[in-house]
Amino acid sequence: MTDEKDLELLRILEENSRLSTEEIATMTSLAAAEVARRIGALEAGKVIKRYSTVVNWEKAGNGEVSAIIELKVSPERDFGYDRIAERLSRFRQVRSLRLITGTYDLQLIVSGKNMQEVSRFVSEHVAPMDRIRETATHIIMKSYKENGNTFFEQPETERLPYSP
Amino acid sequence: MRNFVSQRAQEIPPSGIRKFFDLVLTMDDVVSLGVGEPDFNTPWNICESSIYSIEQGGTSYTSNRGLQALRDTLSRYLAQHYGVQYDSNNEMVITTGVSEALDIAVRSITDPGDEIIVAQPSYVSYGPCITLAGGKPIPLRCTEKDHFKINPDALAEQITPKTKALIMNFPNNPTGGVMTKSDLAAVADIIIDHDLVLISDEVYSELTYEGSHCVAATVGDLWERTITLNGFSKAYAMTGWRIGYLCAPKELCDAALKIHQYVMLCAPVMGQVGALEALRSAEEDKNSMVNEYRLRRNLFVAGLNRIGLPCHMPEGAFYAFPSVEKTGLSDTEFAERLLKEQKVAVVPGSVFGPGGEGHLRCAYAVSRKDLGVAVERMDRFLQSLK
Repeated sequence: MTDEKDLELLRILEENSRLSTEEIATMTSLAAAEVARRIGALEAGKVIKRYSTVVNWEKAGNGEVSAIIELKVSPERDFGYDRIAERLSRFRQVRSLRLITGTYDLQLIVSGKNMQEVSRFVSEHVAPMDRIRETATHIIMKSYKENGNTFFEQPETERLPYSP
Repeated sequence: MRNFVSQRAQEIPPSGIRKFFDLVLTMDDVVSLGVGEPDFNTPWNICESSIYSIEQGGTSYTSNRGLQALRDTLSRYLAQHYGVQYDSNNEMVITTGVSEALDIAVRSITDPGDEIIVAQPSYVSYGPCITLAGGKPIPLRCTEKDHFKINPDALAEQITPKTKALIMNFPNNPTGGVMTKSDLAAVADIIIDHDLVLISDEVYSELTYEGSHCVAATVGDLWERTITLNGFSKAYAMTGWRIGYLCAPKELCDAALKIHQYVMLCAPVMGQVGALEALRSAEEDKNSMVNEYRLRRNLFVAGLNRIGLPCHMPEGAFYAFPSVEKTGLSDTEFAERLLKEQKVAVVPGSVFGPGGEGHLRCAYAVSRKDLGVAVERMDRFLQSLK
């Protein structure tokens, strides 16, 4: 079970996973060995899945195409949506996959090199799967915010150099 | 031509940081730890609600006391968070920042010749406000040995038959010192024994890192003689909005309200709308900012001690107050040379009155990256002194 200190470590790492164990130890007033032990346990327990980077791909000039795909799915007796979700999650092209309320059941975020690749993936691999009754594909035209990070460049706020 | 400037205006000293201000404007690439304000922008929901209210035509005066909804919400907030009871209709005024609250509080209790004790080091306005009100500021030195708390014996020594009040600010700017409930209890006895008013500026109350803040008015029988000052600037990163408040028993509050009516009329309405939104829905924004300050504090204070600038762990506000005595330089010399030679701006402790000399005020409300750069440059400066 995670405790308050683990949650604090997770918040720090989610914001910047490149901090050293020593830096995190100083920040949290924990011993470095304890920080290392706790992070190790969080990794082992798969609470920390992996360390990644939020990239503004558009700015990097390597614009992949991404799409939000919504699926209507007939659930299976005993398994609900889980088995079909598990099958979908195996595709490298599926970046995110969620069960949602509303008109559709599953929502995927799919990415590929270009529009053709994305549409081929949907029409050849996703739509023909058993139990998928309907698909709706929304190409993402531009991303403004991902995982809490906006891609807008905020102008520097003018602050006084000194104030009492 | 006569000298038109009043005696009182002549008496108050110019700002102690003016010289640094002029110097820093001529330089590039300065890391400034000299600013007493959050580096965060105001949470957007607060900005948005204020913008919306302007669009809806909310641009007129409010009642002198401030928006009813803001006072009602604030009264509940203070009761829930701090266990202090102030009636929103009789014991509360919304002011234009804590600066105005301080001014009207001092003016509402000061007669010519009254002595008002100011716990120092402290924010720079207390003395001048007292002087302008015709009173006499009496410094009370708080020392590093006492963790910059008020020493009850030292307080008792400063009291004369003319003493009217004590002004204190905890968590403290510039030291980061705090007063716990038991610290306050010792001071409360003296205040009550000598029949003094307490003006307690608690603008950093939300920025308390170990345990929770104790509102002075909740201690013993202090409530009936305490004017509590607080505001939204520091907790919600709303410095430019200028919204503070004054809470006091009806008689004291009425006096302050009278002055407020004549000099300010009301606090800016768009700021009051933003403050209401802050209380309603910015708790999480506030908590995450406070948590970030705590992380930065731990990093920065460890850094200062590592490079050889001894620094006690500040328990509140966002200032570290390291000692430079071992370097042989005065705080002013140190700050001036540090700025010129390594481009780090800090404020010499002596600006904040007795007890501040030999220290630097470093505001750690800047990014962790800049704090790292500042420590590196300060280290280089210390090496160059050897």
